[in-house]
Amino acid sequence: MTLVIALGCSAALLLLGIASLAMRSFSGRSTLVYAGTFAVSLISLASSLAQLLFLSGVTPAVTLPVGLPWLGAHFRMDALSSLFLAILSWGGVSTSLFALGYGRHEPEPGRILPFFPLFLTGMSWVILADDAYVFLFAWELMSVTSWALVVSHHREEANLQAGHLYLIMAVFGGFTLLLAFGLLANSAGSYAFSAMRSAAFPSWTAGIVLLLATIGAGSKAGLFPLHVWLPQAHPAAPSHVSALMSGVMTKVAVYGFVRIVFDLLRPHSWESSLLLLFLGGVTAVLGVLYALMQHDLKRLLAYHTVENIGIIFIGLGLALAFATNQIPWAAALSLTAALFHTINHSLFKSLLFLGSGAVLAATGERDMGKMGGLIHRMPGTTIAFLLGSVAISALPPLNGFASEWLTFQAILVSPNLPQWALKFLIVAVGALLALSAALAAACFVKAFGMSFLGRPRSLHAAEAKETDRWSLSALFLNALLCLLAGLFPGSVVNALGPVVQELVGQTMPQQSQPFWTPMVPIAQHRSSYDAFLLFILIVLTGLAVTGLVRWIGFRPIRRSAAWDCGYPDPSPVTQYTTASFAQPIRRVYASSVFGARETVDMPLPGEARPARVTVKIHDPAWQGLYAPIIKLVWFLADRLNPMQFLTIRRYLLLGFLLLVFLLLLLSLWI
Amino acid sequence: MNSFYFDVAHLLSGSLVLASLMLLYQDRVYALLHVFTLHALVLSLSVAWQAFAQDAPHLYITAAIALVFKAILIPVALRRIVAQLRIHQILETVGGIGPTMLAGISLVALSLVVTLRTTPAGDRFSREDLAFALAVILLGMLMIVTRRNAISQVIGFMSLENGLMLAAAGAKGMPLVVEISVAFAVLIAFIVIGIFLFRIRERFDTVDILVVDRFRGERR
Repeated sequence: MTLVIALGCSAALLLLGIASLAMRSFSGRSTLVYAGTFAVSLISLASSLAQLLFLSGVTPAVTLPVGLPWLGAHFRMDALSSLFLAILSWGGVSTSLFALGYGRHEPEPGRILPFFPLFLTGMSWVILADDAYVFLFAWELMSVTSWALVVSHHREEANLQAGHLYLIMAVFGGFTLLLAFGLLANSAGSYAFSAMRSAAFPSWTAGIVLLLATIGAGSKAGLFPLHVWLPQAHPAAPSHVSALMSGVMTKVAVYGFVRIVFDLLRPHSWESSLLLLFLGGVTAVLGVLYALMQHDLKRLLAYHTVENIGIIFIGLGLALAFATNQIPWAAALSLTAALFHTINHSLFKSLLFLGSGAVLAATGERDMGKMGGLIHRMPGTTIAFLLGSVAISALPPLNGFASEWLTFQAILVSPNLPQWALKFLIVAVGALLALSAALAAACFVKAFGMSFLGRPRSLHAAEAKETDRWSLSALFLNALLCLLAGLFPGSVVNALGPVVQELVGQTMPQQSQPFWTPMVPIAQHRSSYDAFLLFILIVLTGLAVTGLVRWIGFRPIRRSAAWDCGYPDPSPVTQYTTASFAQPIRRVYASSVFGARETVDMPLPGEARPARVTVKIHDPAWQGLYAPIIKLVWFLADRLNPMQFLTIRRYLLLGFLLLVFLLLLLSLWI
Repeated sequence: MNSFYFDVAHLLSGSLVLASLMLLYQDRVYALLHVFTLHALVLSLSVAWQAFAQDAPHLYITAAIALVFKAILIPVALRRIVAQLRIHQILETVGGIGPTMLAGISLVALSLVVTLRTTPAGDRFSREDLAFALAVILLGMLMIVTRRNAISQVIGFMSLENGLMLAAAGAKGMPLVVEISVAFAVLIAFIVIGIFLFRIRERFDTVDILVVDRFRGERR
């Protein structure tokens, strides 16, 4: 029943997308489409939550007579699907609520409206698919519609380039997934997931499929070094679409990876987890280091998506390491941490991207160097953005801390593993994770401080207006969920139980039900985390400090000019900037990792030109991996260029020679 | 008796390969047309024999189509085109007759080796037949790529298609043989009509539309 409702919802979204084409001349169509998406996503959310929380014992499945004639289209909704469908539906609910207000600023709504519901449809089919054909079809639908949304503002050259890069990477990722499913189907004898689930694969197949799935799903999720398209494409889309791409589409990629690796493919060897842990750790640290170098708010957020995907993959790698070593309770802990972080990242990244969209709509700026002082003009957006920043920086009592803490708990039980390689690597990965959490906090001090605090750095920022009620309600709903998931992590862990049970055969210990009791990952005597108590403590301390300051303070509140350190200069440009904030970290890390070079151009005494500091940053992924590939492609293209001017006889000759060559090969082979 | 059927089928399909090899060294248009007529005749005989040996009466239709269409209609039509367009000059080949013949002989050897090695489980009839058919197809391709003249390329294509028909007729129980032969006949007819309509007189060696334009400009 829930599956039928969910499929009905996706079909309704499909129809909505098509219907928006028919309503081209209707002026209220933007409101209509987003309201429709909102309502349908709400129904889908309800059905998926019902399936996850109350009906996890039964797994509905249907086969529709479309698609390949001998296969049909299989759909199935187990606990994993319902969890990700809930994440997706919540993303649909909050972004369409936001877009009810934000969509009015859109200059060309006709380029977004048909694809927005279709994008949701594609993602929900990926999640519900139960055979490789439907999965890949839906995966490509998701890629193509999101590409159309990325290039919706097609007059900017940068957006078109981002779209081009995205399309190439999406095709590449889809192709590797196609190969992975081909190998799976070859061994299992069928494209249906049910056949793959029951098959036992030879070890080399399992290894290659895992590698292909890591590349295919990782390129969509933004795993280093396949992330290069993500920070360009995600910010290029309109902000509510950025929120969907960053908050939800990367999660669908994580879903695809979990589905292939933890559900369809087994047995694994423990060496596979080395790859995941290594990639996850590197991705987490490099993602946040990239983010620190950015001045563009949306691009900074996109790089943070890369970082968080790294954290999720660390959890998945840990789960694989423990599962292959038959330590199911630790595998359950790691997988719960990874899935919890998936939920959390989806919540706060949607919140932050929507917040950046509200700022973009109010100021017209994405460059943090031209914002500032928005706290006075957009107080609601500021509070929500601050909550999101606290959450993504993994500070208690918000949700980011809960899931990263669980990941650390899993890292701390790694001495139970027998392999020395894993023991050493996991400790190193733990250090990387800690580093990335600290750097993320620094990065969000920068993002929040530059955008919302201080004095306005441009006229647009000085004249910004608070965003509309729809957008604010979307922001606050996401912030509320971040807070709730942070305060009551035990309930989330309990809700994840069926999913984890399904994938690794065991769950974390059942968290005791009065939800203010602490979360216990392994046993009470080892470690526990009481978010609710901590929250009350923070609130009480905060109130006490505020009261004391007011009581002792000379006068309650006094507004005056900002202190200028004795150099009276009215220009807000003299304030701290994003580059100056990031400079110490850039000097420590980026000079080796990114080859960052600063040059100071100092005018001679008497010269009238200003002094300039320029920073050059090299992207190691681009220079190490992509630039040589591009060079090779150009080289081959140059070599093959004469091929397009041959006569028809010569083309036939080439085909003939190939045929003869293949026949020769065949005759020698046998 | 079975052995007799086999020997005759072997003889006829071997003759088809021989006719294909003969096509390779023809350097005059009318001679080429004559050898092609022979090629089509042998094909129709071979298909008819297969119809008799396999007791498959529908193959007689295929044989009749091959006879009427390829051995009579097309050669006559091509003769008229050649006569009207006055293109009965010496045909030049790429690479000379000798190397081409050597290549043709090695192609026949290759197809025999490939087919006989890949189909050890098949029955005698089909195996020999497929080997010869593959040889005819490869020789047809060789003819296409070693000729510069449109007429001889078309004839090469038709001999290739004769090889396909031989394979289809030889494989026992192959469905839709008649339909395939009709479809090929229509295709060939279109190609022949196409040549006639476009009146590409000499070189069929380029698809560059600029050349066609220049050519038209000169005539005007």
